[in-house]
Amino acid sequence: MSTEEIRAALADIVNEVAGIPADSVQLDKSFSEDLDVDSLSMVEVVVEAEEKFGVTIPDDEVKNLKTVGDAVAYIERNRAA
Amino acid sequence: MSAITPESGPSYAGILGVGAYRPRRIVPNSEVVDAIDSSDEWIQQRSGIKTRRFADDSETVVSMAVAAARNALEHAGIDAQQVDAVVVATVSHLVQTPSAATAIAHALGTAQPAAFDISAACAGFCHGVALANDMVRCGSARHVLVIGVEKLSDITDPTDRGTAFIFADGAGAVVVGPTDQPAIGPVVWGSDGEHYDHIRTEDWREVVASDKPWMPTLSMKGNEVFRWASFAMAKVAQQALDRAGVTADELDCFVPHQANNRITDAMARSLRLPETVRIARDIIDAGNTSAASIPLALDRMIADGDARSGDLALLIAFGAGLSYAAQVVRVP
Repeated sequence: MSTEEIRAALADIVNEVAGIPADSVQLDKSFSEDLDVDSLSMVEVVVEAEEKFGVTIPDDEVKNLKTVGDAVAYIERNRAA
Repeated sequence: MSAITPESGPSYAGILGVGAYRPRRIVPNSEVVDAIDSSDEWIQQRSGIKTRRFADDSETVVSMAVAAARNALEHAGIDAQQVDAVVVATVSHLVQTPSAATAIAHALGTAQPAAFDISAACAGFCHGVALANDMVRCGSARHVLVIGVEKLSDITDPTDRGTAFIFADGAGAVVVGPTDQPAIGPVVWGSDGEHYDHIRTEDWREVVASDKPWMPTLSMKGNEVFRWASFAMAKVAQQALDRAGVTADELDCFVPHQANNRITDAMARSLRLPETVRIARDIIDAGNTSAASIPLALDRMIADGDARSGDLALLIAFGAGLSYAAQVVRVP
């Protein structure tokens, strides 16, 4: 999957979990500040992403995923591994 | 060598009656927000809770449990003298020993039944129902009172942002006894002890050694617990349906532990429950009452007509430990 494909798939998840328009889920956006995804919704996004992308995102890692770009980069790094 | 005569009981057991007790004082979010620098809106968004009940000094763990148990016995049409066992699930009976169950059994006017407490936190009520089912069917008791009771306001730090708005007080009870048809499904239960400290109270010795002016209070790793409860528990709930041979389409009611409305939402979504399944939402004005939440919610659904006699209800309880138990039951 390309970076853009991962972003788009993640955007669909954020849309489904938090009702945020997928178009606004761009790499430079902060989950909490720009997209208003609260910590509980973030947990749901993470679990859905784990399933979708076949990665493991431990609880300790979640707090480091501040922006959509952080999450996409994490998924890219860990998909291959 | 002489053989031991084994015990035997009726083939099936079920819940015969449900009862509840809600403390008198209603506590709106506006009363708890100042100490945690929060807002009504934030609490509702994070948990669904609008109000909860806090017991006063006269409403004790024992008195609330007795009131709920009396209602359950009345609903079941069972006299207190017919009760062979009293099983109490609680984490807020603050006397280490004896158990709350013995005092409750005495206050109810029972005839010296077996009486003991179980410590399975928020999962305690479903553990109690599983025990009672086995006790009745094996013949060690004919009628078992299972009570979930909590006065969590006693062990909640009002300044803890992670718990102060969640926990609350109340009691619920059921009578389990023989039935003509299976009315309690196989229990799916277990524990994830790797995370046993995700929800806990402090050790008394830590508190005594500190300057803290109160007793041990609850703390919780909210996001970790949310993840476990919303996803791992949905799988357990599905197993309880499968083991009972009931499909989501055949289910009438879903009565999860009222931990957080967001957890209930996530579980219902994972389980793909059809819209016809009525879902307990007692948390909105009862808060999270730990072991009491499922019987409180079930009692309310019966009173409101959302759970009718003969309905199939999926119960799932989960909490500190991390322990969990789930089963399908028929509504009495």
